[in-house]
Amino acid sequence: MTTVAERPVVKTKAPKDPHDSFSVARSPVYLACAVIAVIWVIPALGLMISSFRTPSDIRGSGWWTVFGSLFDAGSWTLENYATVLDQGFSNSFANSLAVTIPAVVIPITVAAFAAYAFAWMDFPGRTVLFAVVVGLMVVPLQMTLIPILRIYTDLGITGTFPGVWLAHTGFGLPLAVYLLRNYMGSLPSSLIESAEIDGADHFKIFTRLIIPLSMPVLAAFATLQFLWVWNDYLVALVFLGVANPDSTVLTVDLAALKGRGEGALSLMPAGAMVSMILPLVVFFALQKFFVRGLTAGSVKG
Amino acid sequence: MTTPPVLRDDEVEVSHPHGQPGSHDNSPQVWLLRILSALVVPAVLGLFFFTFGFLQDPDTNKIVQIVVAIIVGVGGVWLLFWAMDRLVSLLPERAGAGVRPFVFAGPALILLGFYLVYPTIDTIITSLRDRSGETFVGLDNYVLIFTQGPYLEALRNSFVWAVIVPVACVVLGLAVATLADLLPRKTESTFKSLIFLPMAVSFVGASVVFTFIYNFRPEGFGAQIGLLNAIVSAFGGSPVDWLRMPVWNNLFLMVILIWTQTGFAMVILSSAIKGVPDDLLEAARIDGANEWQVFRRITVPTIASTIVVVWTTILITTWKVYDIVAVMTGGRDGTSVVAERMVTEFFTFENDGVGAALAVVLLVLVTPILVINIRRFREQEATR
Repeated sequence: MTTVAERPVVKTKAPKDPHDSFSVARSPVYLACAVIAVIWVIPALGLMISSFRTPSDIRGSGWWTVFGSLFDAGSWTLENYATVLDQGFSNSFANSLAVTIPAVVIPITVAAFAAYAFAWMDFPGRTVLFAVVVGLMVVPLQMTLIPILRIYTDLGITGTFPGVWLAHTGFGLPLAVYLLRNYMGSLPSSLIESAEIDGADHFKIFTRLIIPLSMPVLAAFATLQFLWVWNDYLVALVFLGVANPDSTVLTVDLAALKGRGEGALSLMPAGAMVSMILPLVVFFALQKFFVRGLTAGSVKG
Repeated sequence: MTTPPVLRDDEVEVSHPHGQPGSHDNSPQVWLLRILSALVVPAVLGLFFFTFGFLQDPDTNKIVQIVVAIIVGVGGVWLLFWAMDRLVSLLPERAGAGVRPFVFAGPALILLGFYLVYPTIDTIITSLRDRSGETFVGLDNYVLIFTQGPYLEALRNSFVWAVIVPVACVVLGLAVATLADLLPRKTESTFKSLIFLPMAVSFVGASVVFTFIYNFRPEGFGAQIGLLNAIVSAFGGSPVDWLRMPVWNNLFLMVILIWTQTGFAMVILSSAIKGVPDDLLEAARIDGANEWQVFRRITVPTIASTIVVVWTTILITTWKVYDIVAVMTGGRDGTSVVAERMVTEFFTFENDGVGAALAVVLLVLVTPILVINIRRFREQEATR
C-alpha cells in the first residue's frame, strides 16, 4: 500500500489474531523489539530529561545520572523553558505558527480549485498543463532559492511572512494539485451531473460537494505540508533570514542556539522540546492522516 | 469509477459533462480574459500582502499580526476565488464557460510558473555564468565541480550518503516491521509509534538531540555528557571527538538521518507486509519452509515494489539533506554534501555560478528517480 491517501489498509488477518496471546517461543522477538525500542527512544528521552534539569546539571553531568536522584525535587526545574521562551522562543513559536498556518491553507485552496478544473472542467491545454504540473514535482527546492531571493530583494519583501507563505505555496503546489486531482477525478461523475441538473454551478458543486467529499486527501496533504513547513529550516533561513530576530521561526532559532555551542548547551534541550511539541501533538492526534500524507509524499522532489 | 490518473485527449468528451460550448472558443478576446482571470488572484494576493506594512512591522502586536495573517491567508484566498467566479458569471454565457476554468486553475499555474518554472530556467542559465553572473563561461562551473577538491568531496560524500542511508533505513525498517508483526496488536502499535516518532522531529531538532549523544570534552575537562563518550570512558577508553573524526564523522551524521527516516520505511513496509496473503505464507510453511525462507522467498518478493518506493523516497531525501550537515558541522572536517555546499557557495562565498551548477547536479540526480516514482504511483492508481 503505497501512496494512496484514501484507501483503507487491507486487513488479511483472521478476526481472532493468534498474535494476541503471549507465547514463550516468541520471547526472542520481544527481547529484540525491546532492545530496538530502547535504542530508538534513548536520544529523544535524553533530550526530554535534560530539558528539565538545572543548567549546571546539564553542563556538569550526563542526563542518565538523574536515575540516581529521580525523586530529588531539587534536580528538576522549568528554568530552561522559562529562559528559552524569554530569549525569543515564545516569539519564534508565534512566528512558526504565523508562517505555517497560511502556508498550509493557501496551497490547499489554490490547489483544490486547480485540481477541480483539471478533473471536471474542459479547457484548451488541460492535458499538457496537468503534465507540466506533475513534471514540476521533480524540481528540488534548492533550484529555486537564488532566483526567487533576487526577485524578493528587488521587491523589498525578503524577511516578510507573505513572501514565505507564497514560496511554500509554490513548492507545495505540484504535489497538492496532483494528489487532489487524482482524488477528485475518481469521484463518480453521476454525482456532479445530478448536482448540475439541480441547478448548481461549478462554484457551488466545488464548495458544497467536492470539498466535503475530498476531506481525507485534504487532511493527508495538510498534515504533510504542516510538517514540511513547521520543520523547514532552509526556506525560513533564506527568505525570513536571521537578520531580523523578530521574524525568525523555531528551527532558525534552534539552529542559532546550536551554533552557540557549549555556552548554550543548557538551553538546547528545552529549545528543541519547544520546537517539537506541536508536530508531536499532530503526530499523536492525527497519526492516520500523517501516515497517509507521508506515503503520498513519496512522489515529491 | 476509476479515472485514469493521466488525462488522455480522447477522454475529454466522455467523462466531462461540463464541456459546454464555448470552452474551446479560442478567440483572442477569450484568451486575454483567461490570462487576466488567472493573474488576478496571485496579483491581488501579492499586492494585499505586501502593501500591508504592519504585517511585517515588529511594533505591531504579535497576536494581532498572526490573526490578521491567518484571516487574510485563509479567508482572503477563498474570497478572491469567489469574487472572480462572480465576475466571470457576469460575462456572456459562452465567454464565461471559456474563462471559468482559468479562474480555477490559473492561479496555481501562475504561482508554479513564478516559483518553479522561472527559477529552474534561471538557475540553469546562472550555472553557465561566472560567480557574479556577468560573463558567460560555458561549462566551466561544471568542470570545476567535477575536478576541484572541495566539490569532489561534497559529491563523494553525497554519494556515500545516498548509498548508505536509504539501504540502512530499508533494512532496519523491514526488520522492525517484520518483528512488530509478531507482537500482540497493542504492543505492536505502541512499538511502531516509538520508532515512527522521530519522523515528526525537524532535522534541526534531531541534530540537537544527537548533540547529547556525540558531545565531546577532552580528558580532564569535566564529565562526558555525550552518551557515546560516557560509554567509551566507562570502558576505560579516551573520549573521541566523533564529529571531527575523519571519514567516520560522515557516518555519525548519517545516523541522525537514519534515526528519523527508519520509522517512515517501517510504517510503509509494515502495511505492505500485512497485505501479503496469509494462504501464500501458510502454503510455504506446509511445504516445509522455515520462517527465514518464508520471509526471504515469499514476503520480500511480494513487497518488492513497495521496497523500491521506500528506497527511492529516502534516497531523494538523502540527496537533498542540508539541515543536518549545516547545523552539526557546517560541512567542516570533510563532511560537506552537495545540498549544503550549494548553500555555502551562494551565501558564504557568493559564487552564484558554482552554487547554481551544484543545484543543477542535484536536479539531474533526483529527476530519474522521481520519474520512476511518479510512474509507479500512476500504475498503482490505474489498477486500483
